[in-house]
Formats: sequence, C-alpha cells, structure tokens
Amino acid sequence: MSVLETHPEDHEHVHHDESWLRKYVFSQDHKVIGIQYGFTALCFLLFGFLLMLMMRWQLAYPGQPIPIVGGILGADNAPGGIMLPEFYNQLGAMHGTIMVFLAIVPLAVGAFGNYVVPLQIGAPDMAFPKLNMMSYWVYATGGVVMFASFFVPGGAANSGWTSYPPLSVTATAGQSWWLLGMVLLITSSLLGSVNFIVTIFQLRVEGLTWMRLPFFVWAQLVTAFLLLLAFPPLEAAGFFQLMDRVLDTSFFMPSGLVVSGEVVRGAGGGSPLLWQHLFWFLAHPEVYVLILPAMGIVAEVIANNTRKPLWGYKSMVYASIFLGFMSFIVWAHHMFLTGMGTTISTFFQTTTMIISIPSVIILSALLLSLWGGSIRFNTPMLFALAFLPMFGIGGLTGLPLGFSATDIHLHDTYYVIGHFHYVVAPGTIFAMFAGVYYWFPKVTGRRMSDFLGKLHFWPSFVLMNCIFMPMFIQGLAGVSRRLYDGGMQYAHAQPVLHWNQFMSIAAFCLFFAQIPFVVNLFLSIKRGKECGDNPWQATTLEWAAAPSPPVAHGNFPQTPVVHRGPYEYSPPEHPKGFMPQHATVPASEEG
Amino acid sequence: MVEIPYNVEARPDTGLYNAKLGIWLFLASEVMLFGALFSSYVLLRTGDPNFMTIPHEIAEHLGGHGESHVWSDQLNVPLAFLNTLVLIFSSVTMVMSWVSLKLEDFGKYKLWMGLTCLCALGFMVIKAIEYNAKFSHDLFPSSGNFLAIYFTMTGLHALHVIGGLIVNGYLWGPGAKMWKTEPERFTNRIEVAGLYWHFVDLVWIFLFPSLYLL
Amino acid sequence: MTGHSVEEIKQEARKYWVVFVALVALTVITVGVSYLDLSTGMAVFVALLVACVKGGLVAGVFMHLISERQAIFAILLLTVIFFVVLMFGPTFGRIGSVGTS
Repeated sequence: MSVLETHPEDHEHVHHDESWLRKYVFSQDHKVIGIQYGFTALCFLLFGFLLMLMMRWQLAYPGQPIPIVGGILGADNAPGGIMLPEFYNQLGAMHGTIMVFLAIVPLAVGAFGNYVVPLQIGAPDMAFPKLNMMSYWVYATGGVVMFASFFVPGGAANSGWTSYPPLSVTATAGQSWWLLGMVLLITSSLLGSVNFIVTIFQLRVEGLTWMRLPFFVWAQLVTAFLLLLAFPPLEAAGFFQLMDRVLDTSFFMPSGLVVSGEVVRGAGGGSPLLWQHLFWFLAHPEVYVLILPAMGIVAEVIANNTRKPLWGYKSMVYASIFLGFMSFIVWAHHMFLTGMGTTISTFFQTTTMIISIPSVIILSALLLSLWGGSIRFNTPMLFALAFLPMFGIGGLTGLPLGFSATDIHLHDTYYVIGHFHYVVAPGTIFAMFAGVYYWFPKVTGRRMSDFLGKLHFWPSFVLMNCIFMPMFIQGLAGVSRRLYDGGMQYAHAQPVLHWNQFMSIAAFCLFFAQIPFVVNLFLSIKRGKECGDNPWQATTLEWAAAPSPPVAHGNFPQTPVVHRGPYEYSPPEHPKGFMPQHATVPASEEG
Repeated sequence: MVEIPYNVEARPDTGLYNAKLGIWLFLASEVMLFGALFSSYVLLRTGDPNFMTIPHEIAEHLGGHGESHVWSDQLNVPLAFLNTLVLIFSSVTMVMSWVSLKLEDFGKYKLWMGLTCLCALGFMVIKAIEYNAKFSHDLFPSSGNFLAIYFTMTGLHALHVIGGLIVNGYLWGPGAKMWKTEPERFTNRIEVAGLYWHFVDLVWIFLFPSLYLL
Repeated sequence: MTGHSVEEIKQEARKYWVVFVALVALTVITVGVSYLDLSTGMAVFVALLVACVKGGLVAGVFMHLISERQAIFAILLLTVIFFVVLMFGPTFGRIGSVGTS
C-alpha cells in the first residue's frame, strides 16, 4: 500500500500500471463502478419497459398475436404469438421486480450515488472501494439470476412483484429463482448502504459541515439508512419463503389449505399475513428509496438553473430525515383489506397522513425555489421542472389510498397503478433523466445535445400523462389491476375499456420517444461539444474535481477546503453570479 | 491506489475509524435481520394454538422420546447449555486476543485467537451433533413450525458462526502478517472482527432461552 | 475503547474475566429457573430479563459500548426503535382482526 501524496503525476503512473480488467471490469474506482451501475441499470430499464409493452399490447388487443416479438416467445408463453395468461402474470411480476430492484434503485443509488456523492463531499473515493466493487458484482449476479428465471420450466416468477403466499409458495420454479435473486440484490444494497453512510460520515472534506452538504448527499444518506434497516426483514422473509417452497415448512401456509381440490402438504399453522408484514416493512421504505434520490437530483438541478439558493434548504433536510423515519411506520397501509383490525388500520392511516407532510414540505420548497429565479430552460431543468407536478399528482392521488375507508374501493384497481407510476415513472425516472443530462459533462467532459434532449423531453412528458392519467379513470370505475385481458369480461369495466387502446398506443409512442435519448447518449460520448470543467457554472464540489472526468483513484488534484454552503448563487458581492463551495476568492476562473 | 482518509486513525469529529463505523452499521442491519426472525417467531407462536404441540403421528413415532407432547422438550438443553458456555468463553478469548495486541504481545495474540477459532469449531461440532439427533428421529423443518423456526434461527446463527470462523481463521493465519507492517491497522481489524464475534454471541444469548427454555 | 497505558489495559482485561464469570453464572440461573414451575408470563419475563442483562454485559463491556462514540449511539438508537416497531407491529396487527377474537 503506497503512502504517496496525491500528486497528479503519481496518478498517471498508477493509471498506466492497471490492467484492462482491473480498470474497466473489476474496478475499485467509484466513478467506473458508478458507470457500470448506470449502464446495467439503463439496460434493465429498457428491458422492463419492453416487458411492459408486451403487456400493453395484450391489454389493448387481447387474443391478437403480438407483432414483431410474438414469434420468438415460444409455444409455452405465446403459442402463435398470442399471449397466454400465465405468461402475462410472469411479465407483470417481473416488470415490477426489474423496474424497482434492478433498474431504478441501482440507477438512483448505485449510479448517481456512487459517481456523485464522493465528488460532492470532496473524497478521493468511497470509504471501502473493494466493498463497492463487490456490491456491483453481487447486483449484476442478482440481475443475471432474475433474467435467467425466464428460461426455467414454468417461466419466471408469476405471483406479482409482491410475491404473496400461499400463491407464491405453490408457484412454479421461477419463484425460487426470484427469491435467490432477491437475496443477492439485498446483499448488494446492504454492502452499498454501509459504504455510503461511512463515506458521508467520515470522508467529508474540511469545512464541509452537515448543513453545507448538497441536498443530494442528504437524500443519499437517508436513502442508505432506509436500505440498511428495512431490507434485512425481507431477507428473513425470503429465507422463510424459500424454506416453505424447498423444505415444505409452513411459515406462510395456514392449516388445511386446499389448492385445486388437494390439501397442500406441510404441517400448516403458518400465517400468510406474516409475509405481507415483512415484505411491506421493506417495500414501503423502498418507495422513499425510489423518491429521495430523485428529489436530491431535482434539488441540485433547480438550484443550479434558477441561479439562486434553494428556498428552505434546512427545512428540506429535516423533512427528508423525518420522511425516512416515518417511512418505517406506515407499511400496513398496504394491508387495509387483509382483515387486519380496525384499530391498527387507524394507526397506520394516521401515520400515513403524517408522512405526507414532509413530502409536501420538500415539494413546496422546490416549487418556491423557482420564485424570482432567472430560470435557464435547458434539458436537465425541463426534466426537473416536470418532476414537480408529476410527483405532485402521484403524491396527492396517494391520499385516498392512505385512508382505510376510501381504500376499500380503490384497492387493487388501476387507480393504484396510476398513483405509483406517477410517482416513479414521470416522477423518479424524469429526475434520473435530469441527472443524466446534468452530470454527463462531468462523466465525459462533453455536453449532450440540447436539441435532441428537448426532442426527448416533450414527447415523453405528453405521452407519460397519456399513459397514466386514464388509469385513474379506469381505477375509479373499479377495473382490477391484474386482469390479463384488461377487464373485458367485466360489465362494470365496459364504459372505460376503450382507454386501453389509447394508453397502449401512447406507450408504444413513448418507446419511440426514447430513441433521441439513446442516440444522444451514445453520440455525445465521442461527438458532444467539449465544455470545460464547469459547464453549468455550478457551486458544488463535484465540479471542482477538474478535469472532467476526474482522475482515476483520487478525483481531486488538490484536496479542496469548503468555505460556504452548497448553493451560493447570485451573491450580491460577486459579479459572475456564483461562488463555488471551495473558492477562496470571489472571482472564479472556472466555467 | 490512493489512501482513503481515516482508514487507520480516527476522524476527530466522529472519533471513529472507517471500519469501526462500518461494522456497527452492518451489525445494525443484522439486528433488523434477527429482529424479523424473532418477530416471526412471536407471531407464529402466539397465532397458532397448536404451535408447540407435537402431532400424534409424530409423537407415536418418537417412541421413548415422545412422553412429552411439547416440541421444546425435544431440544437438548444440556448440549445447548454447553454451547452457550463455549460461545461465551470464545467471546472472552476474542477480546483477550485484542488486549494482547494492545500490549504488543503477538505470541499471546496467536494463542487467544487460536482458542477463539477452536471454540467456534467446537460450537459447530456440538451443533452438528444436535442436528444429527433430530434428523435421526425423523424430525425435520417440515415436521412443525416450531422445528422450522428452530432450524431457521439456529441455522442462520450457525452460518454467522462459520462466517466468523473464516474471518478469525484468516486473521489468525495468513492475515496475521499485517502485524509486522501495519500493527495499528491490524489491531483495528481484530477489534472489528471482535465486534462481529461478540454480536454472534449476543444473538445466541437470546436464541438459547427463547428456543430451548420457554 | 481508548485505554492507552499498559496498566489500564491490564485492568480492562481483568474486567473481561469478571464479566465472563457473571455470564456463566447468569446462564446457570436461567437454565435453573426453567426447571421451576413458573407461569408462562413469569417464565418469559425472567428468561428475557436474564438474557437482556447478559446481552447488556456483552454489548457494554466486550463491545465497549459503555465508552463508545455518539455516532454509534445514534445509529443504534435508531435501530432499536425500528427493531421494537418490527417486533410488535406485526403481532399488534392481529388485534381485533377478522377471524380471531
């Protein structure tokens, strides 16, 4: 282990010594790992999206052969290209699993967190680089296991992404693969979250006090705590379910259960509700794992492009901590219709109403930050701005679901699907896009095309609403969420059935609306306009790690010292309009 | 490679070095893992009136062992008692190995750490005897939910013991080379491994009465 | 644990052996009590009490929690709160639920 001072020339030296494999595959550099996470997660995002497109075809045109891919799905899944109900169930379960655990969380935490957090706190790397590498490879293995499960007999998991027993215990072999994959993914995020918390606690540079941290770092810190403490119960539940399936135990299997006229083997005496408790103990905090990093990215982009400090930075920080804390005691609002007692329902209904307060504080603070700003409408800013109303719709439509009385009507309908997709799809995913456009110059030293970016943004924005808004209409009419024909056989669904085609066509168009993004991403790596070290004239530390991309292992040519808060835009004494956190004199040479 | 700050020495404002904070965070997540197991145990046991009752067909099959009709009487308290002592002793030897390094007595360290590993091995041997006795009476996790909980919790705990054994074995053998080059860092490693090992002991302290004695 | 002088560390080591004896004694007690004919509630209370004392000794002395830093306490406090929620939440969920009394 060398104890050399961090001179740039030493880095160059080390740099050349590393083998290709160490540098790009089994790298311990947080920037490379961040890119690995990002690339893998984007691939899974596309894959999950394709699964959804097949489902949308089936919902809009039930019984008609799927175009293009129909022929290659195999006779077990889609004979003659016509989707079987069993295959539809696989797609539903795996779309949810892949989007949540393999696409969005790895993108938000693994990619952006890994790349940006050490840079924003002025650290040379994460606290445990080897653990970081392991975390990625365990995640990748989990992804492979999940993907491979499509090819085992009976296909992938088909009991919904929530995997409720007893259905999941009696399901085909794919469910065991799902559980194995989940154990790997849980292990990966456990390693990651320990690493993030230690990094943020221990590796902040001199002067970077807690209240000088960029909001993105705060969001990542709270997220890491959620992952650390909420995931283990699901790991335990996963072991239980695996034992129920493999060793015929009865943790989740009640006595005398009869399936298809046959008494299910095993001793019985178990509780199906136990799984739901343990699952939602994770899965509700998981919602905030999906949303907090997104809020962090949006906060960075908005502060940067309004050219003024965030409004109510401290309230936002406290709100996010409170949000994280409360997210552990709301889980049973997913279980109002399980026959749980009314007293306990009232308790969880109350905590659910309380948790909406910090979300509203953060959203309001972001909204008020726009007031009086001289806003730059570049691509990242457009996505960040769109996040606000989209997340607002997603959040507000959640309230009727949080009340135990109104939930009776809405539970398990398309209304729920519309609600959480508004939070996650035009909400979180838009924030992820904002992050990609915003930090691309940091990663490559080049800008993505603003024209292609806008060509990506506007159609996506319109189409997202075309897909998810009608779901509220269908849900209020009472259309159940897991029907493989979209509700054709139900009389009460008939008046709203025509929306299915509308939504599906919008979804297909959304696919084409992503082409400018993919083209932009790959073209800009080599052909994008070179943009210097600080193209957005930002104040936070990641832009001090010049050049872009920062040097491997070490990041900063000189360890910076922080003198002020994260968003010192438009300080009156400074004509250039911004003061980086590390700048000692008002005049900045960068940008 | 660059040096990560506070890898060895403590950061002034937190008073901790990285690995120590890291292991405590890991243990926090472990608390939640075993918390979920204990919570499930409570829920299943209070939820099923027949949770502790041995079904007739199994009781008959058990023959001489089946005088009692309560599952927990099937568990071997003396062996578990012995195992508790072994694990507690190994906790002391673990902390003594750290003390030896603090006193810069590497020979003593080797002795105490070796004893810790032997205790872990002993624990596993006794555990194996216990499991084997269950299997030879055709008692499996599927026999009833009490046994299912018993096998899951003690099994998961045993996995933790094996994990600790591997780490401690490494630190006793090949990993001990670090003492010559970076003694302070090595002492930290022993402290961190110790924290994990004590936690494994702590889990057993709660497992023992709640499974064997109640 | 930041015992620096040799004497301090040796004193620390003696403490560990005292705790060891205490742990063995408590183990004997808890096994002994289990042979008494206590009511279920009392038996659970005693067993958990003894386990908590033993756990406290291990965490406090062997894991040096008594003299540990604030950051660790904060993290553990958070964990304990969620641990309690996890322990009691699911079981309380049954109060007044359909199908049980």
